[in-house]
Amino acid sequence: MSVPHALLALLSEGPKYGLQLREEFEARTGEVWPLNVGQVYTTLQRLERDGLVEADGTGEDSQHKGFRITAAGDEELAAWLRTPPDLASPPRDELVIKVLVALRVPGVDVSDVLQVHRRYLVQLMQQWTRIKEDGAEDDLSLALAVDAELFRLDSVIRWLDSADSRIRRHPMTQVKDGAALPKLRRPTGARR
Amino acid sequence: MTALELRHVSKTYGEGAAEVHALRDVSLTVEPGALVAIMGPSGSGKSTMLTIAGSLEDASSGDVLVAGQALATLSRNERARLRRRSIGFVFQNFNLLAGLTAAENVALPLELDGIPARVARKSAMKVLEELGLGDRAARFPDELSGGERQRVAIARAVVGERRLLLADEPSGALDSVNAEGVMRLVRATCQGGVAGVVVTHDAQLASWADRVVFLRDGRISDQTAPLPGPESLLTQGHSQ
Repeated sequence: MSVPHALLALLSEGPKYGLQLREEFEARTGEVWPLNVGQVYTTLQRLERDGLVEADGTGEDSQHKGFRITAAGDEELAAWLRTPPDLASPPRDELVIKVLVALRVPGVDVSDVLQVHRRYLVQLMQQWTRIKEDGAEDDLSLALAVDAELFRLDSVIRWLDSADSRIRRHPMTQVKDGAALPKLRRPTGARR
Repeated sequence: MTALELRHVSKTYGEGAAEVHALRDVSLTVEPGALVAIMGPSGSGKSTMLTIAGSLEDASSGDVLVAGQALATLSRNERARLRRRSIGFVFQNFNLLAGLTAAENVALPLELDGIPARVARKSAMKVLEELGLGDRAARFPDELSGGERQRVAIARAVVGERRLLLADEPSGALDSVNAEGVMRLVRATCQGGVAGVVVTHDAQLASWADRVVFLRDGRISDQTAPLPGPESLLTQGHSQ
């Protein structure tokens, strides 16, 4: 979550002060991303230093000091909204590594390992779904933020399901311990 | 009284070399008001489990109790009556009768049970209105959207005094927002005291359940723990 850009977005609606920014940030993200007030002030100081926001001259203490977005801040925000996040390089996925390792450790029931992770993920999804269910029906931010978590967890479960099925069908996993397993090659160009 | 109880249920198809064990020693209890999801890959036995729970098929061994009644002790007619009165089914492809309006589809199980048409139609309208379909009651299935058709199917499954709602991939081919609408309805129905069992391979649907049971090769291989409060998620530092 880019806190600086979220604050720029809130300031693009008009001048606001620190405490107000924190409250609005949490409300807009469906309270899924809690933010401490110190984070808000340090971020505002950095934005001010970079010329993306400026003090609007209201408020004395740090909590009530008002800020407004600058023209450079508007440009930065517009560019950020359209910049795709880095999804191109595969992340170093701990779960994938665990499953690949499990395949090679003698005596490990890989399907059991997969199920432990599947159960954990489904439980997390149940918790998120309950949050969505209990949230107000018109709380769009909450529904969108929770959906994003649900789709992310769901995609991991789908991978586990497909891994399960692939491992079951693979001839190499049906032979006894000690037999050679297929060499796992790193895709060329992947950042690891 | 439990709404559904499976005790050591097994189901075998075929004989000898062609023998297939669809379910092996499955035990499951679903209390009124609870929603249980059954997850598992294709061929894991989840649909068989549902058809046996709904008395559409007999177990090879073990006992099935619906609303406290052991299915094995009931005659064919008594079982048919139990299905009509106490069990509601929702299928993937909705299974609405094309020649009947939404209201007639919903009223059908009551009418088959000997309830006068006028009374049955009144109950059907009440459920349709609760599901936000009051103004669609006179429409035929092909005049309804996919989401509306599935809501009609749910209305048909819960009309009258049902104790058990059995759903097999109830969101069918609906998009995720409509699928969520279906699960909200299923859950609201359960919160009204009906016991629900949803069979699915979709974790997003399953996550609406109070408990998720994992089926593998005809056996219950695992199930989820009771849910902790949602606060546990919101305090994990998601701002990182």
